[in-house]
Amino acid sequence: MVETSDYVALSFILFAIGVVGVMVRRNLLTVLMSIELILNAVNINLVAFSRELGDLGGQLFAIFVITVAAGEAAIGLAIIIALYRLKGSVNLDDASELKG
Amino acid sequence: MGGATFLFWILATAAVVGAVGVVAFRQPIHSALSLLVCLLAVAGIFVLNHAEFLFAVQVLVYTGGIMVLFLFTIMLVNIRRQAQEPFLHTRAAGALLIGVLFFAIIGSAVVGDMRRQTGEELREPADASALTTTVIKEKVRGEMRETTVMGNSQAVSWSLYRDYLIPFEVASIFLLVAMIGAVVLGKRTMERID
Repeated sequence: MVETSDYVALSFILFAIGVVGVMVRRNLLTVLMSIELILNAVNINLVAFSRELGDLGGQLFAIFVITVAAGEAAIGLAIIIALYRLKGSVNLDDASELKG
Repeated sequence: MGGATFLFWILATAAVVGAVGVVAFRQPIHSALSLLVCLLAVAGIFVLNHAEFLFAVQVLVYTGGIMVLFLFTIMLVNIRRQAQEPFLHTRAAGALLIGVLFFAIIGSAVVGDMRRQTGEELREPADASALTTTVIKEKVRGEMRETTVMGNSQAVSWSLYRDYLIPFEVASIFLLVAMIGAVVLGKRTMERID
């Protein structure tokens, strides 16, 4: 029997890996992929608790999270392409204009 | 060990391995394929939780739409040149430390909660029938009539168009704005500043 806490543990592991990816990598594409990972971890939580409580609300929220993830990926990748045109690189360390 | 439990551990392992691959692979294209594995495993976990509609959405939107978008972007930007450069952030050690700290804090919370749950307060999971059936109450010629509709997709769509109609419309506006924004950002040509 798979408990809800197992799903929560899996979700937490994926979330932590995503957070580490966002902070450690310097390729913007990989950073964006790590953000998708974080959103997926949240979806696992929502769906697992929807099953636990017998309530559809969690699944609907997961649908909205997927919607936001799709929009975020489209905008993020457009920004990456704009940055690549501007800098000729998708490296985070090269985009340091706002550094004090 | 039941079939569902076995399947869960297989899918969980695939998801975690895929997630580690996203962060660990040097080339973005390898990361993207690794992310694909992770997303498909997560889709399988949705099926285990009676979320069949969400499984279809995950496969169509994530692995069909978002991953193709990622692969196109990887194709458009020049990644060959970056293969020689160091792929970690300049402050990777500090970031990794913060990540491990974060892992420890939430992990201890999750493990502590699990330990608490294994006591006598472990209860039966709720009835899953609410996820697969919907009761529609409607007034037909003056009298109330109840219809029961089976299936997860039907349940999700009834709930989406009845209880969550305004968020649904807001999501459509959001997608329109995101589409226009992506086109504007992608089309505009900027002069190089350095």
